[in-house]
Amino acid sequence: MKYIEEFRDGRLGANLAAALARDADGGRTYHLMEFCGGHTHAIFRYGVLDLLPANVRMVHGPGCPVCVLPIGRLNMAIHLAREDGVILCTYADMMRVPGADGESLLKARADGADVRMVYSSLDAIRIAEDNPDRQVVFFAIGFETTTPPTAIALKTAVAKGLTNFSVFCNHVLTPAALVGILESPEVQDGETVSLDGFVGPAHVSAVIGTKAYEFCPERYGRPVVISGFEPLDVMQSILMLVRQLNEGRCEVENEYTRVVSREGNRKAQDLMDEVFETRDSFEWRGLGAMPDSALKLRETFADLDAEVRFRLPERTIDDHKACECADVLRGVKRPTDCKVFGTACTPDTPLGSCMVSSEGACAAYYTFGRFRDQQATA
Amino acid sequence: MTAPENGGAAKRPGARPLDFRHGRVDLSHGSGGRAMAQLIEELFERSFDNPYLAQRNDQAAFAVDAGRMVMTTDGFVISPLFFPGGDIGSLAVHGTLNDVAMAGARPTYLAAGFVIEEGFPLGDLRAIVQSMAAAARDAGVPVVTGDTKVVEKGKGDGVFITTTGVGVVPDGVAPSADRARPGDAILVSGTMGDHGVAVMSKRENLTFETEILSDSAALHGLVADLVAAVPDVHVLRDPTRGGLAAVLNEIALQSGVGMTVRERDIPVKAAVNGACELLGLDPLYVANEGKLVAMCAAADAEPLLAALRGHPLGEDAAIIGTVTEDPHHFVQMETALGGTRIVDWLAGEQLPRIC
Repeated sequence: MKYIEEFRDGRLGANLAAALARDADGGRTYHLMEFCGGHTHAIFRYGVLDLLPANVRMVHGPGCPVCVLPIGRLNMAIHLAREDGVILCTYADMMRVPGADGESLLKARADGADVRMVYSSLDAIRIAEDNPDRQVVFFAIGFETTTPPTAIALKTAVAKGLTNFSVFCNHVLTPAALVGILESPEVQDGETVSLDGFVGPAHVSAVIGTKAYEFCPERYGRPVVISGFEPLDVMQSILMLVRQLNEGRCEVENEYTRVVSREGNRKAQDLMDEVFETRDSFEWRGLGAMPDSALKLRETFADLDAEVRFRLPERTIDDHKACECADVLRGVKRPTDCKVFGTACTPDTPLGSCMVSSEGACAAYYTFGRFRDQQATA
Repeated sequence: MTAPENGGAAKRPGARPLDFRHGRVDLSHGSGGRAMAQLIEELFERSFDNPYLAQRNDQAAFAVDAGRMVMTTDGFVISPLFFPGGDIGSLAVHGTLNDVAMAGARPTYLAAGFVIEEGFPLGDLRAIVQSMAAAARDAGVPVVTGDTKVVEKGKGDGVFITTTGVGVVPDGVAPSADRARPGDAILVSGTMGDHGVAVMSKRENLTFETEILSDSAALHGLVADLVAAVPDVHVLRDPTRGGLAAVLNEIALQSGVGMTVRERDIPVKAAVNGACELLGLDPLYVANEGKLVAMCAAADAEPLLAALRGHPLGEDAAIIGTVTEDPHHFVQMETALGGTRIVDWLAGEQLPRIC
């Protein structure tokens, strides 16, 4: 496969590091939030921090689908999985996220629930076709990247007349999360969390386009550079942000031009619009309840809505008392600021969602970067 | 050591031969009666074809050399049973031979136990047993005793195989996972991740096209060359489940050291890299069944590398890093990009049932 090594090239990385060292103004600190867990993962997996000047600080954002799903919604899924005759299809990352009362999908499966890991929403359709006497529920999570595939699955189910397929919809909207961050008291007070700009979403932006972020410089005075998920993409985007800030510019720029346009993918947008509508309000882990921040199935697809079909009661459940995922997701705390990081909470025994997904800041930090603290204290 | 004379057990008169084309294993094949005797005779004895097995005892008797012996056992539960580059039969031979060889030993005898699910096609069983026999024959190590059990349908998954191996260690050779020392060189015998990707490509829910074959192979010939060149090799391990990452972390912990490896020096086939990229896997965590990791004093690194590269199974061998002093026992990697990260233990499971 071409174009894997090319975007991880050490020589180009050194060139970008030199440019950053040259351009970053030693008289100030740059606080940049990488919105997506994909960026966080790349930063730690490839050791990008080693190539940044000390005064360029990365703040980890909330763009990890597994991380922002609140426990209440997870427990609804676990409840569904334990219903007689149900096959719950889920993306693998959700399996290990701890719910309330010591529950998880993995535990439900060990107890006999039929929980299947799928790579694609269409795998769930196939499972529904293969099991006509079972109720197959697709546990749909994620930002705008995973939403069009769910829409396709729903339309496919309608076209095939599958009456045993439904979707438990938890799709959320990226711009709403950005607003949530920018409106949070810790950013608004101008002290607790400093945010000078955003490394903007990659795959999400392929769907919604760069224009979806234009409110960010206009209303909140923060520049955004849309960035690919490869380490050189991330470094190039950081350089573009540093240059905007140095020059006093504040705009949406696009580093990821090989994939992202200003308008985005109109076909995918139309598909989403046909199948989904915004919820009045949706609970996020870390960001709380936010208006117009998530999607539900439109009335025309209500027959395929698992929340309707199974009369799922909405539940709100507080995070584990010791877990500080909520603060980590808002950039208020770094993973290592959490009291249980690396002790009670590890990837093997996670207490919070940020330690589960490979896109979670705590998991990325623990798995790839924890030698940094040991060196600092050694 | 001399093999026993073949006793030439008498044929049972009048029995119809096993129907390998359409027949299936049933519970009678494990019941100890005539059907079981027929299965053993027409399949296992005929395939493995050695005088120890032909004696039809419940054990094999053989003379032993003076010196140190090693013994190991391994269960094989892989799904799917047949994969590009091998099957559960050849894997069950290679896996156990390699565990013996990682002591620096020359394997001498194998034993095999089969747990077969009722309804399993006799033709598939024959293909597996013949593949196993061919692997044992190629390795020059006979399967001298065995056992067959049949479990009810639904109580197994086709066939599970357990193999046990014994071998003899040459004097002065004592590799062990607790012998890595700061300053030691870390070597691998070839490309990482081939087996795991080959198996993944044939998963029922995940079929994708790849030219990658499993690297399943018996490594005792390579090990013989290696210990002849560097008898004082400190550590030998085959990076199977959990891949290179798991093995390096285990050794770091057991030896009380740290390690630094260089990403750009770790051989990974482009197709394996591509498949891992698509599936969200890291090749360092993907299983191998025909590769080894070796650690030795820095001065022995070049002779060891030359010995590996001089063998057909070690052509892509490389020196990938150094053992360090580190109270935290971290395995660190200099990334191709130019940064540093940890190569951590695997959390949870990356791939189900690949060996």
